[in-house]
Amino acid sequence: MKPRFKTSYDADIDRFQGHWHRVQYLLLIALALAAPWVLGSYYVGELSSVLVWSLAGMGVMLLVGHTGQVSLGHAAFMAIGAFTHLALMLRGWPFLPALLAATLSSGISGALLALPILRLSGIYLAIATLALGVLVEDLAIVAEPITGGVRGLAAPPIELLGMTIDRHGTPIAFYYLCLAVVVLVTLAYANILRSPTGRAFIAVRDSEISARALGVNVTRTKTLAFALSCAITGLAGALYAHLIQAVNFESFLVIISIAMLLQVIVGGLGAIHGAFFGAVVIVALPQGIAISRDLLADVGIRVVAYPGLDMAVFAVIIIVLMVLEPRGLYGVWLRVRTWFQLFPLYRKGMFRRARSYLKTERLK
Amino acid sequence: MDTLQLLISGIANGCIYGLIALGFVLIYKASESVNFAQGDMMILGAFLAIALLNTDQADLPFLLGLAIAGLSLGVFAYLLDALLLRRVFGQPQLTMVILTIALGFVLRFVIGAIWGHDPVGLDSPVVGQRLSIGGLTVPVIDAVIIGTTVFLVAVLWLFFARTRLGLAMQASSQNQMAAYYMGIPVKRVVSLVWAMSGVMAAIAGVLFAAKGAVEPSAGLVFGIKAFAAAVIGGMGSLPGALAGGLLIGIMEPFAGRHLPSHIAQVSPYALMLLVLILRPSGLFAQVRAKKV
Repeated sequence: MKPRFKTSYDADIDRFQGHWHRVQYLLLIALALAAPWVLGSYYVGELSSVLVWSLAGMGVMLLVGHTGQVSLGHAAFMAIGAFTHLALMLRGWPFLPALLAATLSSGISGALLALPILRLSGIYLAIATLALGVLVEDLAIVAEPITGGVRGLAAPPIELLGMTIDRHGTPIAFYYLCLAVVVLVTLAYANILRSPTGRAFIAVRDSEISARALGVNVTRTKTLAFALSCAITGLAGALYAHLIQAVNFESFLVIISIAMLLQVIVGGLGAIHGAFFGAVVIVALPQGIAISRDLLADVGIRVVAYPGLDMAVFAVIIIVLMVLEPRGLYGVWLRVRTWFQLFPLYRKGMFRRARSYLKTERLK
Repeated sequence: MDTLQLLISGIANGCIYGLIALGFVLIYKASESVNFAQGDMMILGAFLAIALLNTDQADLPFLLGLAIAGLSLGVFAYLLDALLLRRVFGQPQLTMVILTIALGFVLRFVIGAIWGHDPVGLDSPVVGQRLSIGGLTVPVIDAVIIGTTVFLVAVLWLFFARTRLGLAMQASSQNQMAAYYMGIPVKRVVSLVWAMSGVMAAIAGVLFAAKGAVEPSAGLVFGIKAFAAAVIGGMGSLPGALAGGLLIGIMEPFAGRHLPSHIAQVSPYALMLLVLILRPSGLFAQVRAKKV
């Protein structure tokens, strides 16, 4: 590994560490831009799906991975984003203002809900957000004038820059739209993390008490994190509505909230990469299972299609990761990268965790 | 009379919620982790009992089958803690939450793969029988549920107050380090608490299956509701868990009778949110937040 010399104080908070790092990300974007010409339209659709889930994952990651507040109800904010967006579009709003309004409305509702809920911490917070997730399922039916009740809403085609973008009609255009949104949000996210606000998020995650001692306004920081996280998730919800073309209360069941949390855990908490890794797993896993079932059928082994198998496999992956590598796939990636960078000097214990005992969070 | 009928049915339901909530609280007190798979463990217990007892299955004598189902779930929970969950000991609370959520998914899949996804009921000796007391007709099973719960709570109370193991459990739930220094094998005690809560889950599952029908996916919803009960009562309080369960159990039929169906469905969660916002540590709080 080449040592990196810093010639200015700004180098400490550079988005990229050196030129090679920047080139890698440019290559990644070039690859993403070229993908539709290589893949068939079905796989372009799957890629859009990965992008949308990455966006949702980034929303959860900001809250859980960087601010340390567990949410088991984030599908609720996806629902708010999706329904606001579609309701406005169906009332004749153009695409971009509706998207912006959806982002804002879910962000504001997140901030409003944060005020009472963020007094809780740890498991209580998780369970309160879980209750929120359950409540929204039924609210989506009750608020019929906005959400279309049990039937739900269908997504109209997107009119943008004189083009009509439709998930099935023009999958490549839709993919580019998702890519643009994801790249913008990722840049904004990375910039927030470099700013005092982002440092405050991480300080609150690592220790609320020390953060307060250092002059961080913990309540304001948590509320801001909740609002930003919900805004990103709402934006993802709006795109998700276009991705699946029609949404109703069943699109945002509480199980989706849980899956979103599991997604960022699999990817690796505390790193933006984690949201993307998790999204790839979530989208690729059912595909992989279907493909391997077909392969097995080709060699003469008939496997019965069990309902819920992909979720169970996903859960087993989570269990294995939690026990062996709690930082998820990003942790695995870090190990692999370090192995190559230090070759042949990598030592086994480099990423070993310190032994610890139960840190109690209560008095009695 | 009608109200009284609703009340008794509600109490019987609430007892089952309360038993599950007791399982939550036992584990929380012992190791400060929450077992989100408790609802699925209950369903596993119910299906085990059905496989052992129903006339079209193994058809064992009732009490023998019950004992086998309870014991095997206890052993399962013990091994779960000893082999898997103990390995993440000392990591943040979230780790355990995620691990048990994932376990719940696996359990739900396994139950569905073995026993199918159709609702099944348990053929208990008292199925369909009714008890008439002065114009009040009560299903016998409701009386059995209430009786079993009272009995179990009494046993638990005696166990914690009078036995060495019970005292050891109390000690290690108050301060694991101090308990360890006093020579209590804390790890084994925690695993035993898991085993206890597994047995409770099995009993709750059997009662639930005898009252109505169970299906694999019921575990998630039931677990969340029972969790709401535990939170309403205050996570650190055993009587609170039971009271929270009863509160939710009684509230549900009345909300179902008097409120529109969508609102009635979410009433337990709304109540829980209200309690969390107004009294964050529950109605019967014993646990306070750590201060520096």
